[in-house]
This record gives sequence, C-alpha cells and structure tokens, in this order.
Amino acid sequence: MIAELGHFALILALVAALVQGSVPMIGASRNDRAWMAVARPAALGQAGAVALAFFALMWCHIASDFSVMAVAANSNSQMPLIYKISSTWGYHEGSMVLWVLILAIYGAAVALFGDNLPPALRARVLAVQAWIAIGFLLFILFTSNPFLRMTPAPADGRDLNPLLQDPGLAIHPPFLYFGYVGFSMAFSFAIAALIEGRVDAAWARWVRPWTLLAWCFLTAGIAMGSYWAYYELGWGGWWFWDPVENASFMPWLIGTALLHSASVVEKRDALKSWTILLAIIAFSLSLMGTFLVRSGVLTSVHAFATDPARGVFILGLLAITTGGALVLYVWRAPGMGTGGLFAPVSREGALVLNNLLLATACATVFLGTLYPLFLDALGGDKVSVGAPFFNATFAPIMAPLVAAMAVGPLLAWKRGDLFGALQRLYAALAIAIVVGLATLYLTRGGPVLAAFGMALAAWLFFGTLSELAERLRLFRVPLSDSIQRAAILPRAAYGMLIAHAGMAFTVAGVTATSAWETESISSMRPGDRAALAGNEFVLLDVRQDLQGPNYTAEQAGISVLRNGKEIAVLEPAKRFYPVQRQATNETAILTTGFSDVYAALGDGNPQSGWTVRLYYKPLVTWIWLGAALMVAGGAVSLSDRRHRVGAPSRGQPRTRPRASAAPAAASDD
Amino acid sequence: MTDQPARAALFRGRSLFPVLAIAIFAVIVVFFAVGLTKDSRKLPSALLDQPAPGFDLPPLTSALPGLKTVDLQGRVSLVNVWASWCGPCRVEHPLLMRLARDGRAEVVGINWKDKKDDAENFLKELGNPYARIGFDASGRVGIDWGVYGVPETYVIDREGRIRYKVVGPIMPDELKDSILPLIESLKK
Repeated sequence: MIAELGHFALILALVAALVQGSVPMIGASRNDRAWMAVARPAALGQAGAVALAFFALMWCHIASDFSVMAVAANSNSQMPLIYKISSTWGYHEGSMVLWVLILAIYGAAVALFGDNLPPALRARVLAVQAWIAIGFLLFILFTSNPFLRMTPAPADGRDLNPLLQDPGLAIHPPFLYFGYVGFSMAFSFAIAALIEGRVDAAWARWVRPWTLLAWCFLTAGIAMGSYWAYYELGWGGWWFWDPVENASFMPWLIGTALLHSASVVEKRDALKSWTILLAIIAFSLSLMGTFLVRSGVLTSVHAFATDPARGVFILGLLAITTGGALVLYVWRAPGMGTGGLFAPVSREGALVLNNLLLATACATVFLGTLYPLFLDALGGDKVSVGAPFFNATFAPIMAPLVAAMAVGPLLAWKRGDLFGALQRLYAALAIAIVVGLATLYLTRGGPVLAAFGMALAAWLFFGTLSELAERLRLFRVPLSDSIQRAAILPRAAYGMLIAHAGMAFTVAGVTATSAWETESISSMRPGDRAALAGNEFVLLDVRQDLQGPNYTAEQAGISVLRNGKEIAVLEPAKRFYPVQRQATNETAILTTGFSDVYAALGDGNPQSGWTVRLYYKPLVTWIWLGAALMVAGGAVSLSDRRHRVGAPSRGQPRTRPRASAAPAAASDD
Repeated sequence: MTDQPARAALFRGRSLFPVLAIAIFAVIVVFFAVGLTKDSRKLPSALLDQPAPGFDLPPLTSALPGLKTVDLQGRVSLVNVWASWCGPCRVEHPLLMRLARDGRAEVVGINWKDKKDDAENFLKELGNPYARIGFDASGRVGIDWGVYGVPETYVIDREGRIRYKVVGPIMPDELKDSILPLIESLKK
C-alpha cells in the first residue's frame, strides 16, 4: 500500500511539474501576474509530492518490504537500521528519486525565499526547474520505477552492496547530489535570463549564493567520496581518476569557474554571456555525469547496474537540455551587451585567467575520461586512460592557477597594479623559497617537482595571509585600527581567504603524499616483523571467523612500535558478506601529526601467512583538511548578509551605513 | 596606449565560440549514442579464435583424469577456470552442474592456484560438473590462457580453438543468449 502511495505521489509530482513548467512561463510572457503566481504553489506541491514518494520508498526499506522489487534487490533484514535507510539511495532507482527530491527542494526554496526576485524572472526560473523535473520524473516512471512489486515476495533481500555499507558512504551521495543538482539553479537562472534577454547585477546576486551553496556541497561530497575510497577500498589511494570520480570533478571545476565569474557580473557587470555559458556547462556536466554512471558506456568500480533503455533516455534528456540551452544561448546571448570594461591586469583579468585555466583543466579531464569511449566508438582498441595521463596533464595546469591565486585578490578591479601586488607578496615569496629549499634539503634532493609543489602551497598560503594583512593594514596602522578593520571586513572576504588557504593545504597534502609515500607489502605470520618510515610493525595475531550482523570477518592485530615502544595497535580487518558474496576491506589508520600509517589485511591463512599492506602517507590528512577549509570558506561567505537570500531588501534597516571608515575593505571582496 | 581598457575578445557577443560549443556537443552526443550500442564490459581476449595453448596438467584427484590440449579436440568443450577459495565460483556452480547434465558440451575444469584438499571438499559439498580437471597449483598454465582471475570460462570448438571467453561468473542471460547458441552453431 505504501509503495503504491509512493508511485502515485510520483505521478502527482509529474502533474504539478507540468503545471509549473507551462502556466508561469506563459504568464511571464503575457505579463499576467495571476498566471505567474501559479509557480509558487506548483513548486511547493511538486516538492511535497516528491518528498512523499521518497519517504514512502524509505519506509519500504526500513520495514524490509521485500515484495517491492528494489527493496528485495538492495536491502536485507539483517542490515543495521542506518544502512536500511541509506540503502534507499544506494542503487539506481532510489538514487534517482533522491535526485528529483533535491531538485524539487531547490525549486521550493526559490518559491519560498524568492520574494525579492522580479516576478517574471521568478516565474521563468521555476518553470525551467520544472522542465528538468518533468524529464527526470518521466525517466523514473518509465524506466526506473522503484515501486514495482514482485510476486512471490522473497523471504529476504539480496543485501546492499557491501562497499556501500559504511557510514561515510551512507551520507556521501546526498551531499554529492545537493552539489550536482544545485547547479540546476544556476542553469535555470541562466535560461530564464536568456529568455528575458537581460542579465544584471541583481541576477548575479541571486545566482552566486546558489552556486556557492551547490559548490560547498559538491566539494564536501567529493572529499567524502575520496576519503571513503582511501579507507574502504584498501588500496591506499585517495583519488583514482576513475570515470565516476571524474564525472563529479568536472562540474566542480566549472562550478568553481562559475563562482568566480559570477562575482565579476555582480561587481562589474562584465563577462555576462560567458557566465551564462558556464552555468549551462556546469549543469550539463552534471547531467553527463549521471549519464556516464548509469548507462554503462564506461566501466568503473562505481557503475550502477546498467540498462541500455535508461542510457538512451538520459542521453535524450542530455541532448534536449544542453542542446536546447546552447541553441538558445547562440540566439539570445549576443543581445546581452558586454558591460564593464577592464584592463588585462585587473581583478577581472585575474578572474578571466582563473576561468581559462579551470576550463582547460576540465577539458583535460573530459578528454582523458572519454577518450576510451571515443576510441571504442570509432572501432579502435579497448583502452583505459589511467592516472599517469591525468597526473602529467593536470598538474601543469593547476600550477599556474595556484601561483596566480595568491596574486589575483591583491589586484584592484578595473585596472590593477601587478608590480604593486607583487611587492606586497615579497614575504610570501621569501617563505615559499625557504620552504622549497628546506624540502629539498630534508628529503636529500627528493623530487624537485615535489619541492616546487610544496613551495607553491606555501606561496599560496602566505600570499593569502598577506592579502588579509593588507586588508587590515596590519603593522601599518595602530593595532586597534586593524582590529576594527577586521570587524568590518565582509564575511565574503573572509570566506574567500579561508577557501584559498584550504586550497594551499590540499596542494601540500597531495604533493607530499604523492612524492614521499612509502609502502611495505609482505606476507606475515603471527610474530613476524616489518619496518616502515621509522616504525616497526609486529603482527600479533589474526582472529578468524568473527561474526558481524550480516558478515563474517578476519581481523589482524598489528602492534606499531616507535623507538622500541608500542604506540598503537592497528586492527585492519577483512569482511565477507555472504549474501552478496563479496569481501570488503576495513583498513586501520593511525594518524600521527598530519601523517597516516595505514594498514590493510589481504588474503592468507595460518600456514603460509597473510598478505599485509602497510603505507606511510605524509601530510595526507591535509588533503581533506584543505577541502574542509574550502567548504568552511564557502559557508562563511554564504553567511555574508549581502549574499544571503533576500538580504538586499529585507536586511535594509539593520545594514551598517556602508563602512565609510574603511572604503577599501568594504568596496571589494 | 597600454592602459586603454580592453575588452576580452573571447567573451564578446557574436563570436564563433558558442557555435563551436554546439558542434562539439553534437559530436559528443553522437559518440555517446554509439557508445551505448557497445558493451564495455566485454574484455577482448588476445587468444580469441586462436588454438588453445599447449598444456598438460596432472589430475586433481585419482578419480578424474587430468587435462591437456589434445583433450579439447574432437568435441565442443567448455573450459572453466575455478578455485575453492573464490566466492563467485560458488555462484556460478549450479549453472555448471546444469550444463554438465545438459550434455551439449563437455565441461572440463582447470583448478587454479588452489589446494587439493580444499578443491576436493568444494566438489564434495557442491557436486562435480567436470569430466576432467587439470590441477594448476602454481597458476602457470593460467598465464598461458590469459586468466585475469577466477572464475573464467572458455568455449572451445572441435578444432580446439578458443571461440568465446567469459570473465567472472557466467550469468543466466549470457548463457541463454550467447553461450548456448554458440555451442549449438559449433556442433553443426
């Protein structure tokens, strides 16, 4: 009964979306307020109906209703409750319902908080959101219905993929989807602007926080996914340039570019048509990611069970959405006007460089990801493009980007003074050189490129600090004045500084881990010893046949000794899930300082010993620390009054008189 | 003058760039469409349509003969590479039992990187579908066959050539749609 209710709610949502996609759009073109106003109840109704469907599906999972085919295929009565809940989105059909739910939540947010948007723009944005929803609701209802029943119902379910039975992965997809789908907002705003033929600062003020929100979620989702791969797959790596990882990384790169170019539209009324194009591309890449993951055109460790009918359907959606948007863009964008002028050396110029480098980086990842597909389609060999390609092409693009990141924020809008900016970075440059040389010395001439990477990270970090010092006029005015400046400095500026500093940590972590990781793989019997990076490891014992709720496990006890003293006991385990007949790794990680000692247990038996893989990963935690800082920076920026949804009108009475005490600080961020 | 504000030409209105974007996008869609028609999971075997490699493996047990190249000639056979420690081998085992009873092709096995006792227990527990089993304890013969991992299954024609390869457990659909029709056509 509950499943039928969910099915019915999906159909209801489709009806609401059809209304939302047509009536307000017509109303906007006829300037009929009553018709435009339909958008709001329709969007809320659609969100309510999709939420009902989603919770109906979740209920089926929690109640282990195995007469529902999807539940029987992806859940099991023995599973802990948290995984019964997370199994709702642990497979294709369920995750599509989550996808549509998030889309509807974003639409409802515009309907609820969009009071200060021009009514016609709001009506059009919601209508475009509804078009996307219609496409995906049809997709679910026709090819991926999660509510189908099966008779007879099996006694128990086939279990969730054991790799997904992990707290990190239980919450990773919702974050990723909030990111992916969040770019639909920028897309809808872009399409609405193209239809209206107008883009102004108010438009950008709306697009930016939504893009920032989506970007924060996507950053968090990607970081979680990478941390999950790190400790759950047990290969010791944290990023594999796997097609599915790339599918989430490409929208991130373009989303980052969009974030920066939207600020140019907002502040300077320039780069308008470029920003619109980025918004279209960011969401198109999200759609393409969905297509790649679910159609089976590329092989990947994460690929969903595939079905050609679904692939055809999503490809059709992708072609209509992106193709239609691009045609509209070619037709309407030239009328947008170019807006503010600027010199090549200026804040705008730096942001254009940022955009070009990010777009190039994205194109590189795109080519590497799809090359095997292109070659196969042309009848060539089956190939896979691996990490060496990406490492060789991606790093050289990121290096100038990181180098420029320290300089850009110091340039003034319109026309900047490169020499003046560099002058303020003397200290950062000096520290970077010292860090580079110290790295070379400490690692006895270790890879020169790695020392360069560390220097680059130091340059960015201390350059960002210099930027903060500059804003506060630190050491040039009395300290009390600086503190006052710190209090007035907009939160968006802090957010930018925090996020840029985060990037510095990530660069340092990636460089250090790639260059100075050491590993030891050996076959060990209880009592055997291994040495790695100044630590000694003793295999104490391996306990076999441990019982979990829905798995059996082997668990090793490995004593870690430093200078002869035991500092920890690592307990890596291997689990076997009998229902799915799959084994998973439970690695044991010891974090000391910012570095990890990482142990994974392989196959083995008491006679010939177990394969034990040990890794020492210097500064690896900085990779995720940096990502966390980027998300925190985004969140701080979002909390800025000027970015907050609805702030321009509602916040008026409490707004400080535009900080006449610090014109330089208040006028830019 | 150098300080003349410049318009970034790339972002100016009617340029070729957006049209190019549409063209590129159209090409990508075509590639995706072609990609949909291909099965990316099918791994090519360098040995496809080549004679099976020369080998001579000792028997696993005294009850069954071992396996060597000449055994694969004169009839259509299905060579299944398996091990007792391999989970997916258990999954496909019932299918192999059915195939053996069906009798359309002779099912023979290569027991790969396994222990004699474990392998015998495996067959005692689940039944033996194999007419012959070669015991490849070191995995040396597996290298000649190009074995990625267990299970793998090869269809061999009457001339002893490899005609089909399955990586991973045989799935009922693949058996029905590809393997059985192939065996039928090879028997003609």
